[in-house]
Amino acid sequence: MERTSTGVPNEKMLMWTFIGSECMLFGSLLATFLVYRDQSIVGPYEEELLNIPFITVTTFVLLMSSLMMVLALSAVQRGDLRGSRLFLLLTAVLGLIFLGGQVYEFSHFAHEGLGLSRNLFAGTFYLTTGFHGAHVAVGVIWLLTLWTLALRRRLPPEKSVTVEVAGLYWHFVDVVWIVLFTVIYLMSGATGA
Amino acid sequence: MVGETHGTGGGGSEAAVTQGAHGAHMEPHASNRTYIAIALVLGVITALEVMVFYVEALAGVLVPILLVMSATKFVLVVGFYMHLKYDANVRGLFFGPLMIATAIIVALMALYGYFL
Repeated sequence: MERTSTGVPNEKMLMWTFIGSECMLFGSLLATFLVYRDQSIVGPYEEELLNIPFITVTTFVLLMSSLMMVLALSAVQRGDLRGSRLFLLLTAVLGLIFLGGQVYEFSHFAHEGLGLSRNLFAGTFYLTTGFHGAHVAVGVIWLLTLWTLALRRRLPPEKSVTVEVAGLYWHFVDVVWIVLFTVIYLMSGATGA
Repeated sequence: MVGETHGTGGGGSEAAVTQGAHGAHMEPHASNRTYIAIALVLGVITALEVMVFYVEALAGVLVPILLVMSATKFVLVVGFYMHLKYDANVRGLFFGPLMIATAIIVALMALYGYFL
């Protein structure tokens, strides 16, 4: 067994460092979105497009996927194979539902005439939420890979740190969405008024 | 959940004491019951955020209210689901860049006259 000077497994330390860099990336994207908010000179504008009830449902789905993820880790740590498989699969499925919602939202916006370069809102919105969506997609692939390992009985408790690292990534994706949901969707009512 | 196990003990989900792959004994994590309770709180806060969004009387204080609720959700997920509450060794790795990210946001917004 590997022993580290920090008491934290190297994979976990690496993931936290990566998450730190991701904070700065999403911070920059969010700052760009805020700087150009309400600066569009042609429509359609965000107040006309954003569907708060719909996005609230997909937000709830992503929050619950975080619960499934942490339950999956707990199951792996206990050596509960059935629980590991179930919760890893549920996490991936909820992530896919969230992605489906984003695809629906983007296609609806495009149908309403909001192309990528239509106005400043379109550019900053698609870039920020699209980048987040890409992270969710990577997470879903990672989760399905872990689920496959669990199906083949290759996720014993000794390998729980593998699931913990994936969980850190997944929860970070959730945390980013918590911020994006508030700033992009809910605060549009405050600044747009 | 009772099911197939790897034979290293199952079922006990209360305040699981984890044994890392590196062999170090780590702080106990929260129980499954705590995780479910936190998920419920997260759901309730999200519902409250949306309710507040639709209350016209709160339009003037909408931003601070939303920021507080969002920060609460943020802290709950990072503290419990990401186990930062229990992993003191990596807190700096997260909060350092988070502070830099916050500074980037404020600096960019100031640079482009957002606060004027």
